[in-house]
Amino acid sequence: MINSDKFHKSRMRKEKFFQFYGIIAILMALSFLIILAYTIGSKGLPGFFQTYINASFDISQEYVDPENTGDEEVIKKGRYRKVFKEGVINIFPEAADNRATYRQASKIFSKGVSYQLRNMVLENNDLIGTKINIEVLASSEIDQLHKGNIDRNLPENLRPVSDWQLKSYDQLIQQGLIKTKFNVNFFTKGDSRNPEEAGILGALVGSALTLLITLVLSFPLGVATAIYLEEFAPKNKLTDIIEININNLAAVPSIVFGLLGLAVILNIFGIPRSIPLAGGLVLTLMTLPTVIISSRASLRSVPPSIREAALGIGASKQQAVFHHVVPSAAPGMFTGTIIGMAQALGETAPLLMMGRVAFIVEVPQSIMDPATVLPAQVYLWADSPERGFEEKTSAAIMTLVVFLIVMNSLAVYCRKKLEKKW
Amino acid sequence: MAATDSFADLNSLPKYYGFFSFFWTILPAIIVFCIWSLASDIWISNSITDYFPAEIIDQGQAKIGLYMNSVEIASKGVFIDNVEPLVLSKYLSMQYYSGLIRNSITILASLLGFFIVWKNIEPSLRARNKVESIIMSFMFLASFISIMTTLGIVLSLLFETIRFFGDVSPIEFFFGTTWSPQIALREGQVASEGSFGAVPVFAGTFMITIIAMVVATPIGLMSAVYLAEYSSPKVRSIVKPALEILAGIPTVVYGFFAALTVAPFIRGVGEGFGLSIASESAIAAGSVMGIMLIPFISSLSDDVMKAVPESLREGSYGLGATKHETIVSVIFPAALPGIIGSILLATSRAIGETMIVVMAAGLAAKLTANPFDSVTTVTVQIVTLLIGDHEFDSSKTMAAFALGLTLFSITLMLNVIALRVVNKYREKYD
Repeated sequence: MINSDKFHKSRMRKEKFFQFYGIIAILMALSFLIILAYTIGSKGLPGFFQTYINASFDISQEYVDPENTGDEEVIKKGRYRKVFKEGVINIFPEAADNRATYRQASKIFSKGVSYQLRNMVLENNDLIGTKINIEVLASSEIDQLHKGNIDRNLPENLRPVSDWQLKSYDQLIQQGLIKTKFNVNFFTKGDSRNPEEAGILGALVGSALTLLITLVLSFPLGVATAIYLEEFAPKNKLTDIIEININNLAAVPSIVFGLLGLAVILNIFGIPRSIPLAGGLVLTLMTLPTVIISSRASLRSVPPSIREAALGIGASKQQAVFHHVVPSAAPGMFTGTIIGMAQALGETAPLLMMGRVAFIVEVPQSIMDPATVLPAQVYLWADSPERGFEEKTSAAIMTLVVFLIVMNSLAVYCRKKLEKKW
Repeated sequence: MAATDSFADLNSLPKYYGFFSFFWTILPAIIVFCIWSLASDIWISNSITDYFPAEIIDQGQAKIGLYMNSVEIASKGVFIDNVEPLVLSKYLSMQYYSGLIRNSITILASLLGFFIVWKNIEPSLRARNKVESIIMSFMFLASFISIMTTLGIVLSLLFETIRFFGDVSPIEFFFGTTWSPQIALREGQVASEGSFGAVPVFAGTFMITIIAMVVATPIGLMSAVYLAEYSSPKVRSIVKPALEILAGIPTVVYGFFAALTVAPFIRGVGEGFGLSIASESAIAAGSVMGIMLIPFISSLSDDVMKAVPESLREGSYGLGATKHETIVSVIFPAALPGIIGSILLATSRAIGETMIVVMAAGLAAKLTANPFDSVTTVTVQIVTLLIGDHEFDSSKTMAAFALGLTLFSITLMLNVIALRVVNKYREKYD
């Protein structure tokens, strides 16, 4: 009897362990998800904020428009670097006659400040001859220092800010000139070589244009294919081949689509690289199987009685399908399309080959303008050595993920609320 | 008014006559427009070469192509100094006239279509049938796009690969052990020996795939077991979608995570044990890829285990088996084909995955069995060989296509087997 008791116990123990392993596995998978979300979130949140320095600049007539012409061309060519320099020296008087010190002082500010001054003057000519007090971007190094990402105790040659800059930074803090503000530029500007000025608007618009092409092409084509295969196609070899083919296309690695795009869309059709049109075409081919498969599933879920009732009162086959079956299946089709679009939004590899990973400052205006896309921008920034880009990368990822969540929630909503229960 | 009478005479509903006229007016115009645009482009680029400077013509096809490119760019209003004004003006005038002719024949085709409709339209015309057959052919053509895509993939890969194998022998490619394609080949040089031996690349892909599967398979499978057999429906309805989020995260995010968080972490742990681990170690890229693949295995395996008929379970319980014994000796064997299918599908994903390895794995091809070393993969090589490269005939770019064809064949094979296994299994219980 003791033996069997032991046996029973060991069986129960095994049972417990097995269940325990299952829980561990799920907890591990979920904790990966949480770690991932936490890493990106904690790195990315500071990226939405930027350090500004309160400084005053003397827009002297002499530098900007010496002859007082008021001519835009003259003002455009004004010596704003000089204006900037005087402003810097105004804050750090010791930089006045020491070039090395001035160089360090100027690097406390973003490289874009003189352009900012120019744009302000161009916008408002009345500023000429006045002294303006504005908040300008701090350089990426000072920004990182302010966010606590730079270790002050490191020896000078190992940290991106010099001892003098560190001292000046403390002085600025004491005077209350340094401020952290929400980084509006991040959403309103294109890419830049300077992390503090870089924004994702160009990539966002590029993604939107690319997705627009993908949607406009893949939705009608995918739905038409699904309707044909599900409702009209004769049962023959050709239909079988098309079906098997679509299932296999859905699992072809995305980079192979990139090769196809490179060889056919760029080289044979001669569509220029880097434009949303080329990327959109490749993504269309990639998204089509997803749209077709989910549209077919939703057509299949419409009960045959609907078709038969329509046919019974004298509708033609096409009338039965287009007037009754397709409207009932539409929510499922929308769901599939939205999920396909979400996949297309996150896709990088094929676009990598189509020249969509490029340094482009301008925000694209049309589908023929060179543009990058959001995931390509993430890849580009992730590759940049500057420390300041790390948080920008995470912030861009967070933006991308927000869009994905919105799209997927929309898909879930479509499925839950609109789908008919038969 | 005799409206009702004339309606009764109509063969189809009035709107079909409208659609019929619409298609006849618009379709011929679109077809003519497309054909002319294509044909005139080819014709212009062929005939413009007559005006090219003689020294360009003498330098052969590649130079002519380059010159053609500059002419095209210059025609868009960009100033390029090596394009002769004569050529440019000829090109522009050809384009102008071609555009003029295109527009007029498009309008003409549209009018002609309209005229034909106008002549033929009458109440007894079977308009609905005609419109429906037009819609039908559109749908049929749409369903052909997927075939064209596959054909395009196979042909473009095959074409470049055959050209590549003209330069480098297939034996060298599949069995050579030195991969250094970035060394430029000299003019007229026979492929330098050993440069295009892809074995280290295949080995690297294999290693990263194995690491990924070692991470993904146990976690995915055990999660599936728990979800299918133990969890309450409520837990399942929360956990399953949560796991599937892992599959929905863009791979570039995983790449960033692997390169900036996991790789330094593994390196740090290794240093703690006195191991030297490369910063682009195979294990970092592989394990992150494994995380991505968990839901591929868990979701499908969960579905197939759920599909095992309840009677099998109850039979086993009736004999006094515990849940664990039932799962191991009844459910697993019954669901095995589906589970294997899910693992094969995940493997094919791992082989074809690009962004994670591009960002977190190495570039140099090394033949090593050490997972802490840096290795490269097929996809990484394709990307590095093709990025920013405009020339299309160097062995370098063609090698990328040869790698692409290999990748395509292997993943296709895995998918076909997996789909077949899963479908066979489904038939068994349906």
